[in-house]
Amino acid sequence: MRAPLLAVQGLTKTYRSGGREVKGLDDVSLSVAAGETIGLVGPSGSGKSTLARVVMRLIEPDAGTIAFGGENLGALNGKALRTVRKRIQMVFQDPSAAFNPRATVADVLADPLRIHGLAPRAERPRRIAQLLESVGLSDNLAVRPVHAISGGQRQRVAIARALATEPELIVLDEAVSALDVTVRGQILDLLVRLQRERGLAYLFVSHDLAVVRAVSHRIAIMDRGRIVEAGPAGTVVADPQSETGRALVAAIPRLHIPRLDREASQNA
Amino acid sequence: MRDVLASLRGLTVTYGAAEGAHVALQGLDLDILKGERLAVIGESGSGKSTLALALGGLLPPEARIAGRIDWPGFAAPPRAGRDIGFVFQDAGASLNPVIPVGRQIAEVARLHLGLSHPEARDRARALLARVRIPDPDSALAAYPHQLSGGQRQRVAIAAAIAGEPSLLIADEATSALDTIVQAEIVALLDELVHAEGMTLIFITHDIALASGFADRIAVLHDARLVEARPAAELLGSPGQAYTARLLASHIGLDTPPLIAEKQP
Repeated sequence: MRAPLLAVQGLTKTYRSGGREVKGLDDVSLSVAAGETIGLVGPSGSGKSTLARVVMRLIEPDAGTIAFGGENLGALNGKALRTVRKRIQMVFQDPSAAFNPRATVADVLADPLRIHGLAPRAERPRRIAQLLESVGLSDNLAVRPVHAISGGQRQRVAIARALATEPELIVLDEAVSALDVTVRGQILDLLVRLQRERGLAYLFVSHDLAVVRAVSHRIAIMDRGRIVEAGPAGTVVADPQSETGRALVAAIPRLHIPRLDREASQNA
Repeated sequence: MRDVLASLRGLTVTYGAAEGAHVALQGLDLDILKGERLAVIGESGSGKSTLALALGGLLPPEARIAGRIDWPGFAAPPRAGRDIGFVFQDAGASLNPVIPVGRQIAEVARLHLGLSHPEARDRARALLARVRIPDPDSALAAYPHQLSGGQRQRVAIAAAIAGEPSLLIADEATSALDTIVQAEIVALLDELVHAEGMTLIFITHDIALASGFADRIAVLHDARLVEARPAAELLGSPGQAYTARLLASHIGLDTPPLIAEKQP
């Protein structure tokens, strides 16, 4: 078996809130293989977003290690860290909060190309057009302000920006949770297609177990800073072993479609 | 046949000046029936929240309203807070952050039911128990930030029903909560309106959530009413392509995965 793309071991993070200690992460270990989607589910405050941010090194853990592509992420600094960072990207719930509101779509996509020195100025318009095409958007959108496009288009732009550095792992933190349901399916289809084409790995964080189930190979369920259960997606959903897992499965809204009595309606 | 509580005819709500005006609701014809649980389903921009505000007379001053809202179910036009209770998505924003929750609930009861201070406080305690806040006595003195998101929404529900309204409007009241708490709050609302004989308008983007308990479902899209029918009929045989699309967009635990099951 190959070494996992991402392996976190014994991550611990304690917050102090009003004199009390709150365990944001409590000895969390998890691995993600190349091309794999791990769904991370749990109730509010379970630690799933903290874990996503620790993986991005947006939050420093108190203890534990993060290895990415065999390198110890926690030990890297400066140029070495920037090089690894290109290979991990993140997409947030609310793309309008993640963008400079005055920027155009082209500005948003030019940033990573410039910052990471991925394309000289003259080449950027062509790269931007490619990125837009890869997420199913027209090149005409490049000149539009990001606040003037629809929510679904904005999330596509956020995904295009993440793709700019050609990452191997994208952390998706409630990335489809704020979208309209008819748009959500299209974004999930896009993510699955991109994974197939590029061998991307996803850490897919969501409170919605049904959405997680639809796109994940494996699911980890978190509660109170701990991973209480992890396994193949189908197994976890069909037969949850933890109390939290059972509660999450039970709480998913079922679509109650009544079975129409054909005979009765014909005779009516 | 149930009595009509409210009758909306040609209801149109517009924001902004004549040029570049934004139509938030366009020619809505809808009856709200006494004692029913009506789910209003729509995506962003459908006009569902505008409908809630229009019913409560809570539209901002810049909104222009055409058409009629009649209230055959009330002797006098209903007042928001007294006859119509509201529960919004963000209980943290609905509640005053610097006043203990008990006083906020008591204030509604005092104002609308003419109770004395001690009576209103007793009622607030009873309401906190009613919405199943653990240890209502100490919860009376709690500030909103000391409560979890789910508990804050329970408090907001207690405040919404403190004036004994006959109509409760819940506008995306569970959308900011995780699924476990969402299921608890929906069960609580369902139980409360049943026990108190209230009419419930449950506004949500989630048709599956509504399908579990609504008597009737109204679907809004792009400021217009798509269809409004008894829930079982609408879910079993959607009359409009948009309703069918909403149903097809639902992702449940039984939805086939979008990926191959095997790990890479």
